[in-house]
Amino acid sequence: MRRILFDSLLKGPLTEPAPSGDDPELLALGRELKTALDAWFGGSLAIRMVDAGSCNGCELEIHALNNPFYDLERFGLKFVASPRHADMLLVTGPVTRNMREALERTFDATPSPKWVVAAGDCARDGGVFAGSYAVAGGVGVVVPVDLHIPGCPPTPLQLVKGLLALTGKAR
Amino acid sequence: MANHRPWPRRAVDAGQWSALVASLAAGERTLLGLWGDADCVHMALLGEKGRDVAVASFSCAQGCFPSVAARHPPAMRFERAIHDLFGYEPIDAPDERPWLDHGRWPVRAPLGDRQPPAPEPPPYPFLTSVGEGLHQIPVGPVHAGIIEPGHFRFTANGETVVRLEERLGYVHKGIEGLMTGAPIARAAKLAGRCSGDSTVAYAIAFARAVEAALAVEIPERAVWLRALMAELERVANHLGDIGAICNDAAFALMLAHCSALREKVLRASAACFGHRLMMDAVVPGGVAVDLDARAPHILRSLVGRIRAVFPRLVELYDNTASLQDRTVATGRLDSALAQKFGCGGFVGRASGRSFDARRDLAYPPYDRLEFEVPVLAEGDVNARVWVRIREVEQSLRLIEQILVRLPAGEVMAATGEGSGEGIALVEGFRGDILAWVRLGGGLVERCHLRDPSWLQWPVLEAAIEGNIVADFPLCNKSFNCSYSGHDL
Repeated sequence: MRRILFDSLLKGPLTEPAPSGDDPELLALGRELKTALDAWFGGSLAIRMVDAGSCNGCELEIHALNNPFYDLERFGLKFVASPRHADMLLVTGPVTRNMREALERTFDATPSPKWVVAAGDCARDGGVFAGSYAVAGGVGVVVPVDLHIPGCPPTPLQLVKGLLALTGKAR
Repeated sequence: MANHRPWPRRAVDAGQWSALVASLAAGERTLLGLWGDADCVHMALLGEKGRDVAVASFSCAQGCFPSVAARHPPAMRFERAIHDLFGYEPIDAPDERPWLDHGRWPVRAPLGDRQPPAPEPPPYPFLTSVGEGLHQIPVGPVHAGIIEPGHFRFTANGETVVRLEERLGYVHKGIEGLMTGAPIARAAKLAGRCSGDSTVAYAIAFARAVEAALAVEIPERAVWLRALMAELERVANHLGDIGAICNDAAFALMLAHCSALREKVLRASAACFGHRLMMDAVVPGGVAVDLDARAPHILRSLVGRIRAVFPRLVELYDNTASLQDRTVATGRLDSALAQKFGCGGFVGRASGRSFDARRDLAYPPYDRLEFEVPVLAEGDVNARVWVRIREVEQSLRLIEQILVRLPAGEVMAATGEGSGEGIALVEGFRGDILAWVRLGGGLVERCHLRDPSWLQWPVLEAAIEGNIVADFPLCNKSFNCSYSGHDL
């Protein structure tokens, strides 16, 4: 272990620079929300991730946000274990009818002020699963959504961009 | 049954059905899958030597069939799912509770005679454990991490788990219902989204079943590219999981290094195939993306990079006593149970069940590739980690062989709009994925996909017994069963 730690010290971090926020749509959103974020959350944001029916593709990429390349925590964004500790819900998947109540209860358990971000194409309108007897629809059908990050699944970079737009930290 | 390829399907009567069930119970055959269809149920079986597959169909014109689970417990959840989706009654079934249907759908038996739903969601009685000092710990469906939803009901005596009961079905999306009547291309998209971490393996399984049904030969280059993607997917998943298992034992250094390696695999996949998880890259008829000239170089340097870093991480895993303390002898899966349930992938192979669809069914190009199938007997978390470590090494060998021998040429063949039935068994990173389709005029009449997790989730309940509650994340991660693939 000593050798690995020593090597890591010499090589320096893998972490990459933050993506630029040159997407006009995201920039506009970022400006709008930055004031609110600074006023309410003191510049940092605790995220509770909820899988409401995804295929697990989105979770894999959300996991990647914590790897040494993206290291989301350096932006003041961190994942927490309980909705009671969260400022934001990051919801994936078409909401299945079997998960609908669990999502509503997680939303209700999150203290206000709170935001909901829907990640992935399914989370917008059900995606390829729309129309199934077992699917209620996009996240917005069940809880109010503030931001949607598209992609199937969204890449970690898309996710970072989306979340940074929300906190207004994108440069 | 004519037009069922590549293995036979036969209609059987009650006597033959019960003889097959007896052979399952006696361990002469292994249950591969059990699923419903219009007017019948199908049962896929693997022969004793693990090399021949057959499908038996029993007519459900009366709305019922003799329960398989009555004598062979691995069939229990399949039967509960058949009852939920088709409404067929398994006669003498040991468990009559619903499984996928939580009473929230606007319809009952959605793939069968479509009954109106019950006015109230019916109660779901959990199994009981009675004794002094026992308490229950309910967990989920929303878990504390970035994972899929499911419910676990632990009964514990102090810290020791005496019973675990799983309740799944939360992510049931009705995939088989959506596939019914869909064009092949749309069904392929759905198949690739059964379980995001196995999207390549699912896409190959579905594509092979369709190609078998239509008797289509795909170009040789596509065959090799599929295997290349499948091995990249396997390496990425194993790397991520080895790190995550160590992280659950509070050893975060391994997670950091393994997840960096995993990220490199995903980036190389994106550079070569245009998508980090390689979704929709495999399609019926061949593959949708071809490698460009710089791809072999990217993949060779990826393999070199992993070869340089991974052995040191393996050494770290092997030499860290605090880690071994948590993984050795934890979550032991008995080899007899693994055999009985036909557990696939590293779950079975860490418990002495030597089955690998790549080797035993030798679908191309694996019949022309050299690789070993690692098998261990201990069946604990440590054994599952070691099988995965060895599989990473084998997959790197495979990737190199594929790069050397990759033929030139076309990557797509026309599939046409024929009819027929096809079945395929493909080795995903988690184990063997079964795909069965019936096509009519270019449309999917019925498709069934069976995730390896169907046969691994139940044995997790057994493996956790006698362990402490705090070791559950470790055991669960070492199995890493799919929720979405299982719930479908």
